[in-house]
Amino acid sequence: MSAWLDWLAGPLRYPFMVRGLLAAVMAGAVCALVGTYVVLRGMAFLGDALAHAILPGVAVGYLVAGGARGSLFWWGLATAVLTSLGIGAISRVAKVKEDTAIGIIFAGMFALGIALLSTVRDYSVDLAHLLFGDVLGVSTADLRLTALFGGAVVLLIIAFYKEFMVLSFDPVLAATLRIPARLFEYLLLVLIAVAVVVSMQTVGVALMVAMLVTPAATAYLVTRRLPVMMVLAAAMAAFSGLVGLYLSYYAGVASGAAIVLTCTALFGLVWGARSLARRIRPQESSLG
Amino acid sequence: MIQGRPSTARAGRRGAESTLLRTLWKSPSARRRDAHRPGTSILEVSGLTVRYDGRLALDDVSFQLKAGELVAVVGPNAGGKSTLFKVIAGVLQPSQGQIHVYGHEPGGHICIAYVPQRSQVDWTFPANVADVVMMGRIGRMGLLGWPQSRDWEMVRGSIEVVGLAELARRPIDQLSGGQQQRMFIARALAQEAELMLMDEPLTGLDVTSQQDILAILGQLRERGVTVMVAMHDLKLAAERFDRVMLLKRRLLAMGSSEQVFTPDRLVEAYGGHLRLVQAGEEMLAVSDTCCEEGAEPGERLA
Repeated sequence: MSAWLDWLAGPLRYPFMVRGLLAAVMAGAVCALVGTYVVLRGMAFLGDALAHAILPGVAVGYLVAGGARGSLFWWGLATAVLTSLGIGAISRVAKVKEDTAIGIIFAGMFALGIALLSTVRDYSVDLAHLLFGDVLGVSTADLRLTALFGGAVVLLIIAFYKEFMVLSFDPVLAATLRIPARLFEYLLLVLIAVAVVVSMQTVGVALMVAMLVTPAATAYLVTRRLPVMMVLAAAMAAFSGLVGLYLSYYAGVASGAAIVLTCTALFGLVWGARSLARRIRPQESSLG
Repeated sequence: MIQGRPSTARAGRRGAESTLLRTLWKSPSARRRDAHRPGTSILEVSGLTVRYDGRLALDDVSFQLKAGELVAVVGPNAGGKSTLFKVIAGVLQPSQGQIHVYGHEPGGHICIAYVPQRSQVDWTFPANVADVVMMGRIGRMGLLGWPQSRDWEMVRGSIEVVGLAELARRPIDQLSGGQQQRMFIARALAQEAELMLMDEPLTGLDVTSQQDILAILGQLRERGVTVMVAMHDLKLAAERFDRVMLLKRRLLAMGSSEQVFTPDRLVEAYGGHLRLVQAGEEMLAVSDTCCEEGAEPGERLA
């Protein structure tokens, strides 16, 4: 028993690990909550694109601040919100399909970010932090921003639960009920953008789509109720954040990758258990 | 597994129905009569024209409905049935013409319910029957509003009216086609709709499910709800509806089935895709998928 407690308490001796755990739990839960709509509305590509498209904003912030990381959150947030609104507007105005427009913006913005960062001599180290996250480098100020913006995202998702639900299930009903569809579409894009920026330091932009999609997809395997799916997705993502960081601490693997791998393993376990249950059930009924 | 409706459901439904219908349609607040302009009809459409990307979808359509009418809207595919409903519901904007619901523009009234084709929604969405029916109450909750006890009562009652009480907690991806359609009607009831626009509710249903839906439509008519149903079955349209509207971009005819289903009008509407056969004293319209060899579309075949 004591060995177990020592094992659990081991990483908590270090303040940076405690901050990292809190950030991973909060960012995971926020991403998964927003990710519920990403999964249900088939917006995974958009989520991935948004995550990658914030790179140039972060790069500009990095260059302007002379390599300091303090203002990167704000640069990332501004770029993410502008990109999300831009994607929404272009998909309505341009004569190309939405996924094509997203692909163009995504690749172009990502390339711009790499180009800007490559002008810095030691860019490879910092690029790795942005791409794959650096949850152990989370400061108390970062944690406050995560709590503030993550909390705002959660509050708005709860406040407009019924509007987002109707828009996702039956847009025609939403129109007949006079729900301002375009306003809520943009709001959802902005919320996804904020969730992406909140999680940027936890898993990095390259693995961000996993935090948006995998916990929500796992929850979808378990339930056919939207509120339950949201709670389960957030709980699974928070759990994956905890387990991933312990895995990172004891196995010495990159923290962002460990969190995402835990999410993926959880999905595999739930999917396997569900498939097994489906195979057993018909046999039981035939015996009965 | 799809669960069938128990045999006692019909009797139970009648009892529940009377309670609900009193709440639904007799309550002054529910009927929102204060919002109705005196002396106006429930629906008045005049000179309605709709164009999509330069293509004419509806051309100068005018008609008027009385409260409690059951109207079948028939016509060939792409004849403008769904467009007509969406414009009335306020989902699409007309290019020309006017629509008034009890004297108001469609946007000013929440008593219109549009019941979509089943293929238009995602049936894998994580929701059960009660969740979907509750969506009908959202217009009355307002922004930031949450369901109150009256909303839950309306949802329960509406589900009972359509005979789905035992399936209220069932995920929507486990419903049969008929049950899905009845759930949508329950949603329109929960919306306290006075005008229901139903887009092909009978398509793809077996005969029993079709009869169930038609029986529910009959109950709605008795209580003063006006219902427009887009459909393809001309026989059902003639037998079960007060009036029939024949639409092929233009309103070809509107009235009783005897007035509308004349050989000339049917051939004008369906062209070579409808074969008219004399059967005793009756003229039968037989829909087919191809023209007879050598026959031009629109040519009268019988």
